[in-house]
Amino acid sequence: MDLRYTDAQRAFRAEVRAWLEAHVPREPLPSFDTRDGFEAHRQWERTLCDGGYAMVVWPVEYGGRGCDLVEWLIFEEEYYRAGAPRRVNQNGIFLLGPTIMEFGTPEQKARFLPPMARSDEVWAQGWSEPNAGSDMANIQATAIRDGDHYVINGQKTWASRGAFADWLFGLFRSDPGSTRHRGLTFVLVPLDAPGVTVRPIAQLDGETGFAEVFFDDVRVPVENRLGPEGEGWKVAMATAGFERGLMLRSPARFQATARRLVELARARADRVPAALRDEVVRCWRDAEAYTLETYRTVSRLLAGGRIGAEASLNKIFWSELDLRMHETALEILGDLAELSREAPAAEGVGEWLDGYLFALSGPIYAGTNEIQRNVIAERILGLPRG
Amino acid sequence: MDFRFEDEHRLLQETLATFLEKEHPPARVRALWETATGRSRELWARLAEIGVPGLLVPEEHGGLGLDEVAMVLLQEECGRAALAEPVISTAAVAAPLLRELGGSAAARWLPAVAAGEAIVAVALPGLPFVSDLHVADLLLFGERGRLRAIAPGAARATAQPANDPSRRLFSVEADPDAGEELARGEQADRLLADAFARGALAAAAQLVGVCRRLLDLAVSHASQREQFGRPIGAFQAVKHMLADVAVKLEYARPQVYRAAWSVARAAPLRDLHVSMAKDAAGQAALFAARRALQVHGAIGYTWEHDLHIFMRRAWSLERAYGRSRLHHDRMVRAVMEEGVPIGPGATFGGESS
Repeated sequence: MDLRYTDAQRAFRAEVRAWLEAHVPREPLPSFDTRDGFEAHRQWERTLCDGGYAMVVWPVEYGGRGCDLVEWLIFEEEYYRAGAPRRVNQNGIFLLGPTIMEFGTPEQKARFLPPMARSDEVWAQGWSEPNAGSDMANIQATAIRDGDHYVINGQKTWASRGAFADWLFGLFRSDPGSTRHRGLTFVLVPLDAPGVTVRPIAQLDGETGFAEVFFDDVRVPVENRLGPEGEGWKVAMATAGFERGLMLRSPARFQATARRLVELARARADRVPAALRDEVVRCWRDAEAYTLETYRTVSRLLAGGRIGAEASLNKIFWSELDLRMHETALEILGDLAELSREAPAAEGVGEWLDGYLFALSGPIYAGTNEIQRNVIAERILGLPRG
Repeated sequence: MDFRFEDEHRLLQETLATFLEKEHPPARVRALWETATGRSRELWARLAEIGVPGLLVPEEHGGLGLDEVAMVLLQEECGRAALAEPVISTAAVAAPLLRELGGSAAARWLPAVAAGEAIVAVALPGLPFVSDLHVADLLLFGERGRLRAIAPGAARATAQPANDPSRRLFSVEADPDAGEELARGEQADRLLADAFARGALAAAAQLVGVCRRLLDLAVSHASQREQFGRPIGAFQAVKHMLADVAVKLEYARPQVYRAAWSVARAAPLRDLHVSMAKDAAGQAALFAARRALQVHGAIGYTWEHDLHIFMRRAWSLERAYGRSRLHHDRMVRAVMEEGVPIGPGATFGGESS
């Protein structure tokens, strides 16, 4: 055990910090779930990519920097410390990217990773369907082989970033006679292909963060299949592991929120009751615990380990922590907490309300926390299946 | 940056785990409850062969010369086995305290501690009770600004029977001129603060082990006990109760391991890290105890069932070396008043680079 950064890691931190200080936009960008905000975030991603920081753990040839996972955590810490924009292409760079790295052919890596790094192609997720939510193995949308193409029919829903994204990755049933986890194939679909209809859905915050996507005889070349035909479930589970386990929600994000929460409570120290102050400190501590656990996971991965079912422990922990932090902040804000961002009396309040609305989705997306608890019980603890 | 333990420390942990599983099952815990001392010199000697009491004793005094990072792995196994022997007071607290004092006290006692021939009880300021005084060969008696070595017979001790029959507690008073003074003033206070940190860390590590055991017991019961024609662990309500325990355990652990690193290196934020660990592990173990009892139902509420052995360990260790509330308050002071560095990058001191 050695819980110190090396000189090289310290130097990397300093370099990232200096670059971010010089490049992070002074004014926050508009939400990426609006048309203008989406494009503004795409521009920011290009700036990041030109600086070599789009996805530091990727090999240089794909637009990355060849860093290890500790350096990735350092990058994330500096990124959130600098208050840099949210990552509009997170579905791509954090979820699909690592999956392509693991399952993709050399041609697929060369084709998809560089434009993903630059956000020339922004990705939406296509997992859920109207009748396949928590029960994802009930997928009905089909991708039927026709020569050197798949013909896709059916519907996906809750496709995050679907309203403005360029591409969608998802699971489709390639064997029409199959059921459950068998006979599914992981396919990459351009959203401008003939036969694709995208219908944006306004979320709880009023913005179009996700969409329904309809497929009507959409033809996609076989080269867009990731992993073997019929093995899509396995590929998707790897993606879900990245999502729940490590990449999507790096600890720095929650440490940044925890710091804001502590600062909020410090600024109102004379008015914050002891019980709330206690909760603030517990939130801070849990953000630290999440950080420690992530560094521990990274140590394990660097030594050749893999992320398995324990990703479900993480997902529950960060999503519930995020919600608690925002609930605690709104409690501290008291009567102001019902104000929206534009209210004259609402300085600094709107951010917490926006964050709260977003945090409410945490226990739902990336697999509901109830599903995660089932996974923990059955696959980590070994309890009998229901 | 590497969070993994050395292979040799893991090996030592496995050796101890195997030994305790074989030689210290719940039946042994119950048998010891019925003895006058509640302790076994024979068991202590066997633990000394593995190297437990001498783990932190320097090699020149016959110990293994290892640090707290290795120690927490062993304490975890002691907790898992509900071992009542004084592995916290003698091995984790007294041994390094004597080591730091050096001189004749170290030379006189450390070889005997490492050999399993001497048990040392420790009284720390702020803690109301001393454990294991009845089997101790030496009492290290700490007060504000003063540390003395006192023969256990020379102190006035009153036994304070505890809810956990494994705990043997005493309130202790000593005449002002009793024993031999080892340190005073700031030096004494620093040594006693170090001792408290080590004790709290060891208790936190034991709590992680207790938590693991409680979870294992509950999983095992839920997998075997059938109602409505299937194991109760197949019901989501039961699954989710135990999944929550697994989450708490998973996130207490790295806090304990990081605290071990900070204690071993006397890091500037050591006390904060220890308090985070003790609070997290204590809360995880108390939570595990509640959930495990609920999963067991009425059978878990009996004296015959072994569950309460481990519940009582959770309760008593949560109190030992500062209960959760004390450690929580130390976190509150550090974060809200003392302005420790917080936010992204601060965890391992990246902020200051």
